[in-house]
Parts: sequence; structure tokens; C-alpha cells
Amino acid sequence: MKQLRRYSMQRTLTICGFLALPLILLLVFTYLPFVDMVGYSFYRWDGYSDKVFTGLENYKTLFSEPQYFSAFKSSIYYFIGSLVQIVIALYFANVFFYKLRGKNFFKGVLFFPYLLNGVAIGFVFLYFFKPDGVLDSILTALGVAEENLPLWLGDAALVNWSLTFVSVWRYMGQNMVMFCGATQSISGELFEAAQIDGAGRWQQFFYIMLPNIRGIISLNLILAVKGAISVYEIPFIMTKGTGGSMTFVIKTLSTAFTDKKIGLSCAMGVILLLIVMVITFVQKRFVEGKEEQ
Amino acid sequence: MELREEKNWKFYVSNILRYGILIAASLIIIAPMLVVLIGAFKTNEELLTTGPLTLPENWGNFDNFIKAWTKGRMATGFMNTAIILVVSLAATILTGTMTAYVLNRFQFRGRRLIKALFLIASLIPSITMQMSIFQIIVGLGVYNTRLATIILFAGTDIISIYIFLQFLEGIPYTLDEAAIVDGASFPRIFTTIIIPLLKPAIVTVIIIKGIGFYNEFYTPYLYMKDKSLQVISTSLYAFQGPYGTQWEVICAACIITMLPTLIIFLLLQKHIYSGLTMGAVKG
Repeated sequence: MKQLRRYSMQRTLTICGFLALPLILLLVFTYLPFVDMVGYSFYRWDGYSDKVFTGLENYKTLFSEPQYFSAFKSSIYYFIGSLVQIVIALYFANVFFYKLRGKNFFKGVLFFPYLLNGVAIGFVFLYFFKPDGVLDSILTALGVAEENLPLWLGDAALVNWSLTFVSVWRYMGQNMVMFCGATQSISGELFEAAQIDGAGRWQQFFYIMLPNIRGIISLNLILAVKGAISVYEIPFIMTKGTGGSMTFVIKTLSTAFTDKKIGLSCAMGVILLLIVMVITFVQKRFVEGKEEQ
Repeated sequence: MELREEKNWKFYVSNILRYGILIAASLIIIAPMLVVLIGAFKTNEELLTTGPLTLPENWGNFDNFIKAWTKGRMATGFMNTAIILVVSLAATILTGTMTAYVLNRFQFRGRRLIKALFLIASLIPSITMQMSIFQIIVGLGVYNTRLATIILFAGTDIISIYIFLQFLEGIPYTLDEAAIVDGASFPRIFTTIIIPLLKPAIVTVIIIKGIGFYNEFYTPYLYMKDKSLQVISTSLYAFQGPYGTQWEVICAACIITMLPTLIIFLLLQKHIYSGLTMGAVKG
């Protein structure tokens, strides 16, 4: 009896002791910043002097000055890019499902960019896209006249496509590996039966593969939307958001750390989080709801 | 999948097409990095006079690597990255395994709430809250110290917790009971039984998180402005100003940064794939 009580006491101590550090870190660096951010969004504040309560002023500024929301425009390019990326990833996941010479090599090459340092990727593609750079040299070698070569990163009509290409280059492999993982769990018998019935690979893909990995595809679609509205690293490193490549997150960060408008920037953060929450809700409600019993 | 297919002309055509696409895609991935490698071996004059696709005259020219390494203070970068990596990984493994152990082995009030708190946290992109995290970091007095980044990396996340939970379910509770009968305390069970058996999961989490920490740019960029605190990402980023025209040095610096990733990938390919899919299933 005595021993049991000792253990129940120890049990409580263990639970509290073990959870203390993880929970403190979680609360201080995720939930407290969230609460703070919502709070600051009602103030005018440069981060140093006294905060001035301004109510909904920051939100009014956001909705009345188009320079803030227009930064969402670039998200459309990244979203289109992610759709293309998902299709490419599905194609390769399907190719890797079957016997293939050099499978590990090809899979490794296509996946590798996902592991690379973002700053290095940024420089690799600055070198790639710069005037007289790699892409221009390739195109000149193919016979394109030099005066017809555009400024890949300097032309406002092109810069987002160029940056989206970098994003697809970087992330396609991740989608592919996730799809590959999902295809592993489909029973091989289904495919054998289909083959006996004379179904080709395209038919197998559309009637067996796709329906069986629907869940992970919708998950990736949702992640694509979330990713597209919160893009920042590659454009931040490559163009700093100049020349039409501004994204909402870069704008949020520069409003806080360059313009020193913490309150306004927090209001932008709140708006972004609201959008993310809505997307997540849609995902939980419509995508996962169907999968789980 | 090893299925036999009929080998008619259609089979051969589609095979050629398939390999053609695979080779083309691989070229698109490799070429941008390969030209950077080529550029890294050129002299400044060579780089300005020859096209980026022209091979360097001297493949033994390591001057740019030396220059990048010394002038770009990349040694400092690697040092700081290594320190942050080791301490943060130890911390995140500790917080992750402790959380998962308690969630898996004990039934208590608030258990579901704690899991939900970690789950909801994973839905919030932390980049959108840097404005207020910044104030907290400054308030704690760790701004411009390595601790700023370490403290932000030290916590655990729902994906790590799921990976640990998945492994914990496979560790029979009878092992714990036997140890309790022998008079072992819970922390002792955790350190002597659970941790050793969780090793494969720990390795997976270390690889996935380690790659993420190595690549992290914005956190060290924002919280460690001091030059002596540069990590590999920020020391590479610093090349863009003063070396803006010396592409051969930047190329060398990129290769130096990417090389460890390539080595890790070649050594741990299987772990990386499985870790990624494991995390993705629930995440």
C-alpha cells in the first residue's frame, strides 16, 4: 500500500516534471507571441517608445491602402506553380512505382534540392537567371538572339514566374517522396488484376493509383495553398521583394523590422493567420473528415 | 512492383519516353548546381570573359574556396552552426521524448488538451509571428546570442511527438512493469529502458530536424546580427553585398555550403525518405 502511494506521488511528479520544459517552450514561443501579436495589432508602436492604443486603425490602413494586400498577388504564381509541381510529382511517383533501371539514382536526384540550404539555392538561381548568366547562355547557344533575352528577375512580368520555377525546382521532390510513400501502401494485387484484364499503365494510374492516394493528394493541395500565401524565403534572398516580387510575409516582416511599424505588421500577421486558420478548417472539415471513420 | 508486361513496340516507345523524361528532369535539377561548381574553379578574369557553360582552365584552382572560407568567415559559420545544432538537437530530442513518454505511458487529466496544444501550434506558421517573438527574445535578454536561436529550436513539435509515439506503442508496457517491480523510478525507466529502445526514432528525428536547423535562415538572420555569431546560412547570405561582382567566390561558398548536405544525403538516404513519409502521414 505504502509503495503504491509512493508510486502515485511519483507519477504526478514525473508527469509534471517531464512536461514542464516542453510546455513552457510551447507557451512562451508559440502561444504568448500569438496573444501578443493580436494585442499589438490594436496599437501604434515602433517597438521602442510607448504604445499608443489606436483601436482598429491598423486594420483600416490595411484595407484602405492597396500596397499591403496587393502583395498577395504574387501568391497566385506560386499557387499555379504548386499545382504544376503536384502533377509532376504524381507522374514521377507513378514512374517509380514500377520496376525501373536506376530508380534510386533518379529518385535521389529529383528529391535532393528539398534538402538544400535556401540561401545556397537563392545564389544558385541568381547565377542562373542573371544577365549573361546560365539561362541566357543556354538560350543563346540554342539560337535565341541576345536582344530578345528578357531580364528574368528584373522584369515585373517575369520575376514571379522565375521565382516560382525555383520553388518548383526546390519542392517537387518532397511531394514526390510523399506520394511514393503513399503508393507503397496500395495492394499490388489490384494492379496485377488490372493487368490481367489488359489495363495499360495510364488506366492503372487513373483508376487504381489516383483514387487510392486521394487523401495525400488533397493534403498536398491544401499545403500548396498555405505555402503559396506564406512564401518568403526564396524571394527574400533573391530579390528582397523588389520589382513586383513582393509577398505578403516579406511585406509583413519589412513593415515590422524596416519601417518599425510593429502594430501594423502585427495586424498583417493576424490577417495571415486568419486565412491559414480558414484553410486548415476547410481541410479538417472536407478533406480529412472523409478519410477518417 | 515487379509485374511482367507484354513487350511490344508500344512498350519500347513508352520506355524510351519515360527514360527521356527522367533524364531531362535530372538535368534540370543538376545543371544549375553543376554550373556553380564550374564557376567555383574559375578565376575572376576567366569568369568575366568566358560563358558560364565553358569549363574552367584549371580544375585544381582552389583559390576561390580558400577565399570564401577565410574572407567569408565560413569557419565561424560552421562553428556556430555546429554548436547550435548539437545543443538544439539534444534539447529537442529531450523535450520530444519526454512529452511522448508521458503522453503514451500515463492517463491523466489534460492529456488530450496537451496533445491538442501541440497540434494547433503546428498549424501556425511561426514566420508570421516573428514581430512578437522578437519582443520576447529581447525581453529575455538573449537577443544577439546563440541562445536566441537555440531556445527557438529547443521545443518539440507534433511531428516529432507522433514519430516517438508510434515507436512507444511498439515498446511493451510489461518492460516498464518489470522495472517497477524491481523498484525503478519513472525517470529511471525513461532513461534506461525507453530512451535506448527509442533509438531508431531518435535517429530519424535528429536527421529531419538537423537538416532543417542547418538550413534555417531567418531565425539566425533576425536574432544574431553580430558578425561573430553568423551561422552557415547567414555567412553565405553576407556574400551578396561585398562580393556582388565576384561570382566565382560566391559559387565556391555555395558549393562549400551544399557539400555537407550531399554527403549526409548519400549516407542516410533511406532514413530521410522514411522520416519524411512518417511525419507526413499524420501531419
